Amino acid sequence: MSTAYPTTWRKPPQMIQSRGWRIALAVGAVIYLVLAIGTIEVNWARVIAGMERAQRFVAGFLQPDFTTRWRDISTGLMESLTMTFTSTVVGVLISIPIGVGAARNIAPQWVYYICRSIIAISRALQEIIVAIFFVALFGFGAFAGFLTLTFATIGFIGKLLAEDIEDIDEAQAEAIRATGASWLQLINYAIQPQVMPRLIGLSLYRLDINFRESAVIGIVGAGGIGAALNTSLSRYEYSSAGAILLIIIAIVMIAEYSSGYLRKWVK
Amino acid sequence: MLRIDGLTKTYKTGDKALSNVSFDVPQGQVIGLIGPSGAGKSTLIRCINRLVEPTSGTVRLNDVNLPALRTGDLRRARRRIGMIFQEYALVERLTVMENVLSGRLGYIGFWRSFARRYSSRDIANAYRLLDRVGLMSHADKRADALSGGQRQRVGIARALAQDPELLLIDEPTASLDPKTSRQIMRLIVEICRERGLPAIINIHDVVLAQQFSDRIIGLQSGSMVFDGPPSGLTEAVLTKIYGEEDWTAMRKGAAEDADAEAEEKMQAEKMLRAL
Repeated sequence: MSTAYPTTWRKPPQMIQSRGWRIALAVGAVIYLVLAIGTIEVNWARVIAGMERAQRFVAGFLQPDFTTRWRDISTGLMESLTMTFTSTVVGVLISIPIGVGAARNIAPQWVYYICRSIIAISRALQEIIVAIFFVALFGFGAFAGFLTLTFATIGFIGKLLAEDIEDIDEAQAEAIRATGASWLQLINYAIQPQVMPRLIGLSLYRLDINFRESAVIGIVGAGGIGAALNTSLSRYEYSSAGAILLIIIAIVMIAEYSSGYLRKWVK
Repeated sequence: MLRIDGLTKTYKTGDKALSNVSFDVPQGQVIGLIGPSGAGKSTLIRCINRLVEPTSGTVRLNDVNLPALRTGDLRRARRRIGMIFQEYALVERLTVMENVLSGRLGYIGFWRSFARRYSSRDIANAYRLLDRVGLMSHADKRADALSGGQRQRVGIARALAQDPELLLIDEPTASLDPKTSRQIMRLIVEICRERGLPAIINIHDVVLAQQFSDRIIGLQSGSMVFDGPPSGLTEAVLTKIYGEEDWTAMRKGAAEDADAEAEEKMQAEKMLRAL
């Protein structure tokens, strides 16, 4: 005799047990959404005027003009590239000791808390806010941009490097510690070989983020290609703006592909 | 000579890993430390070189009390204690040679080790050790390119590069096949004999422990329940350490293993004579 097993099965409710509450919550959410959309004021006349502007913008984008403003574009571009490269190098160099200090498994507790708070501050402040601050401090131009990107790089690389160090194979570190190695030797022989490929990968990734950010922070006065873009937009020179956007897209794509290739190669 | 007295380790969670363990290890003696998983074998050998901090008790290596040492002195003590690990614990992305030379880290300063500028004596010694464990031609390969048995040989060479006075060996064969396990155990014991090195081998395979050690110490939930010659491991003792099990069947298997090995040896000798 075999037992009669049930032939139907339904997934039991996961979060809210009561059927009544589930329906009430779903209906409530829909009503809220409808009311919320209702409160957004739309000036349709302005939207139609804007559509016309958008048309001109698209037209400019389709006929990019590289030549008229080439001098501005090329200096902006050089400034951006220099800013990107220097800020990535300096930022990574500063973030290595901070990342090491922010790894719970190798740093003493007080160092850990200091480094974690540096990282938290750097990550809490968005690039644009930092850029506005540095522009106010050091005036318009690439120096403010360089500082902004360096500051942002520290939080990014520091955090990811620290997490990577916390994820290492402890056995390898234990073995090096057992030979009587000092703390620095431990870092150099057990930690560095394990995290180096990822650190290189992250740095390349950050290089391409920094280039994109350099275009954005230029708009608030931190120099570079963003400043050139801002100028051409405010002069209604959409064909020059289109050219600048195309250059940015091309460089980001080149950076994306080459960094992907390099990351594979360093494994 | 190593003298352990009243060694106790209580983890922060309140788990008592070791309670009042005491024994001496005379020059050149190979001790097999057996016991079920979680009996405190790993904790015991890690309390000796303080990869785990003991809660109380003394560990004297040549009259230096290891638990009392401060950082600098601890480094100097550690460099004379070689350790061999279960999963080899080689630094995978470094070369075989770098792994062996890392045994010298306790003896040299940071910048020399950073630049990999080891003395010619250290380098010659590293090559000699690689030759001893049969990996001369693999010196410049990355450690992760080697097989399990080869990696464990590099681990042995690294421990010997420290010029140790004591070897701590944590489950050296746990991730190896039976044949390679025997080869590795034989190599370790041979080297201990050559150098008169005392060793504590933490091993869960009773048969291997009996075959290769001079003396057996049995741990059961943190306490020593046996200390004696391998021949003293009677059924009653094994049951005390591990609990009920059919020991005779296991022994029979071991005897067959030993026979097969003797056979192999004879064959090899025959071949040698024929040459």
